[in-house]
Amino acid sequence: MGGNFDNAGEVSSNIKTVLKQIGLPKDVIRKAALVAYESEINIVSYARKGMIRLRVVPESIMIEAIDEGQGIPDIEQAMQPGFSTANQKIREMGFGAGMGLCNIKSFSDVFHISSEVGKGTHLRMIIRASSAVLNS
Amino acid sequence: MTLHEIRKLLDAEVLIGEDQLDMEVKTAFVADLMSDVLAFATAGSLLITGLTNPQVVRTADVLDIAAIIMGRGKRPSQETFQLAEEVNIPILTTKYILFEIAGRLYAKGIRGCIEKVGSK
Repeated sequence: MGGNFDNAGEVSSNIKTVLKQIGLPKDVIRKAALVAYESEINIVSYARKGMIRLRVVPESIMIEAIDEGQGIPDIEQAMQPGFSTANQKIREMGFGAGMGLCNIKSFSDVFHISSEVGKGTHLRMIIRASSAVLNS
Repeated sequence: MTLHEIRKLLDAEVLIGEDQLDMEVKTAFVADLMSDVLAFATAGSLLITGLTNPQVVRTADVLDIAAIIMGRGKRPSQETFQLAEEVNIPILTTKYILFEIAGRLYAKGIRGCIEKVGSK
């Protein structure tokens, strides 16, 4: 799906639909959909191909974004708000302002990133479901 | 305000959502940067933007945005239009610039979905 801007966001919409069917709280779904969407935009923008994996257990949602692509040479730099290597096409879509990874991190309860230059990037995010769900 | 009142106030054309004009909104967010919309916009708000690509609708859908208002006379692309129909998000278009849209709505009681970054 790398480079395919037309359908960017479709996976996240599907994730949102699935989470709604499970009946999770709205704010949890929103966080998960948001995190998935920014990850998807990153894959479409920078990778050759990639996948988003969703795992739901009663306590939490785990979202992984695994891609094959250029990788990130300096993760610390990439995490800085405003740092971006985006091209014009990405910017025209309303992204590429160096907010993606920051947003993903700030909306996740647990955030882990690893990357290898020339191979790809692996993001793993956990979003906790509220205690209300735990008890139900 | 209802979307019906907003349409009148902004002399807007309803492209999608003619059947949802009774919807009530209280808050709005203005941006052309979707990453900022994702970071700050709240559910049930209006999204006021000058962008017209499908990512505007995807972003709105992810956040449960009530309706999209395209300013500066912008109109959605064909793909954007189809996607909005699919996910059932109203799109209004108006010739007013974004500043005017925000000002007119504010004067009628619509507020920003947050006041400042870092505040709740």
